[in-house]
Amino acid sequence: MIPLQFYLIVAAILFCLGLFGALARRNAVAILMGIELMLNAVNINLVAFWRYVKPAAPTMDLAGQIFALFVVTLAAAEAAIGLALIIAIYRSRDTVNVEDVDLMKW
Amino acid sequence: MPILVPDINLRIIAPALIVTVTAIVVLLGELVTPAERKRWLGYLSIAGLVVAAFAAFSLWGANASGFSGMVVADNFGLFLTLTIALSAALSILLSIPFIHAHEIDQGEYYVLLLASVAGMIVMATATDLIVIFLGLELLSLPLYILAAFQREDTRSLEAGIKYFLLGAFSSAFFLYGIALVFGATGTTNLAKIAASLAQSAGSPMLSIGVGLLMVGFAFKVALVPFHWWTPDVYDGAPTTVTAFMSVAVKAAAFGAFFRTFQFALPALALDWRAVAAVLAVLTMTLGNVAALLQSNVKRMLAYSSIAHAGYILIALVAMSANGLSSALFYLLAYTVTNLGAFGAVIALSDGARERLEIKDFAGAAREHPLVALALTICLLSLAGFPPFAGFVGKFLIFGAAVETGWAWLAVIGVLNSLVSVYFYLRPVVQMYMSEPAEGWSGIRVAPLVALALLIAVISVIALGVFPAPAIALAAGGLIR
Repeated sequence: MIPLQFYLIVAAILFCLGLFGALARRNAVAILMGIELMLNAVNINLVAFWRYVKPAAPTMDLAGQIFALFVVTLAAAEAAIGLALIIAIYRSRDTVNVEDVDLMKW
Repeated sequence: MPILVPDINLRIIAPALIVTVTAIVVLLGELVTPAERKRWLGYLSIAGLVVAAFAAFSLWGANASGFSGMVVADNFGLFLTLTIALSAALSILLSIPFIHAHEIDQGEYYVLLLASVAGMIVMATATDLIVIFLGLELLSLPLYILAAFQREDTRSLEAGIKYFLLGAFSSAFFLYGIALVFGATGTTNLAKIAASLAQSAGSPMLSIGVGLLMVGFAFKVALVPFHWWTPDVYDGAPTTVTAFMSVAVKAAAFGAFFRTFQFALPALALDWRAVAAVLAVLTMTLGNVAALLQSNVKRMLAYSSIAHAGYILIALVAMSANGLSSALFYLLAYTVTNLGAFGAVIALSDGARERLEIKDFAGAAREHPLVALALTICLLSLAGFPPFAGFVGKFLIFGAAVETGWAWLAVIGVLNSLVSVYFYLRPVVQMYMSEPAEGWSGIRVAPLVALALLIAVISVIALGVFPAPAIALAAGGLIR
């Protein structure tokens, strides 16, 4: 069986890629995509931990899997709201570049 | 494969349920309400919040948990529920005339606000990291939209998108932290995490997870260095939304923050208390110093809210029963005081034209003596002057810190309060000492705003002069 560490390393790399995307890109949609990558890294972690780490209580503990489903739902809700906001700002400013959205100083 | 059915105990989540049902009723009512009667949806929302508050009060002392230990109705969570319901009701009172004047009076405003309140209540009463996360997102997602609710105003849109991007970014960190804690302990239940950590030593993975959890909470309650979204979002969002966000989010997020760290992670206290102490010092100092430099009242109150998050964090560092109850009292005091300050700012605005620069307040005392007095009382309370609520709150928190051997932290807190007096008094000086500016004539304060302001100011004075009942309630709020 593939050891747990491999999953964790993949998840960490994915998280860092998403983090880099969220910090380095200036396009709001690209930032959103970076955040989605970070959330998916969390999902890999959750499912891997659920499979490998024995839960404290000897019941059929599905916490890891259920949690991953919650995260998927959240990612969908976040994308819906985020894209709606991005469209709204595109209509008023004709840009989705976060550096141009600077009426207030950061 | 047997699947355990959780014990469904709807009574425990009654406050959140009532708020959710109210939100759905308002959403449906929006369809059949003609444009000129939209304010009734606001009254309906307030009625729902009052019923939810009664439900929370009827659970007082029940100390019951349900849904396989995922949600609990302890006095700590109920106190926060009451605080959140109060802040939402006062915000809606302020909002009804405000959104009418700004021509954004749609029923969705109340629906989103109530949905956010439901998330806050869930977060404050959750005892499982999954549910805390669920509450956090249910709280945040409607607020992203509310911040951008003035669609015609680009500043409001900008506030919404900044809040959204940074909020989503921080929840990714928070989630990664939860995943690592889950991996290290094999559970997401706070009580089981505490039990598991009491037996085994921590691992590097656990420490990273706890650190990321702290980053997630720090984003939500706006601790330095995770605060940079706060001034822009608070500045750009509609003033009533800012008022609501600045108090209610803090109550809910600090509730979960205290529960997670003080209750589930006491085994690692040596590490996170030191980090939290450093964050508290940075947050108080930077919040107050930056507030000195602001000329806009909303931005000033934004930085002041950062500073107040620092004061409340001192109570977490103290990590004692007194620290917990002092934080609860402080959150209540801060809620009524800050809503009063924002209410006065809204009361001084001229229809859709708001007065947000400090120099715009010149001479307000001559034209609106009562509103000016209310703003003065609230600002003095924020600065921590007796006999107002803010003084008692600071006194309790600094007292709890001294008791547990963190006197130096309390000293820094007191020094910071002294600095804050300067910027809190600037609008007061403008109102009382300057010649009236142009355009004061003919401004009427809306009756609902006046009512909200009256409730807030009476609470500020009552909590300051007779704090004993509220302190007793807060002291009963131990986490179970």
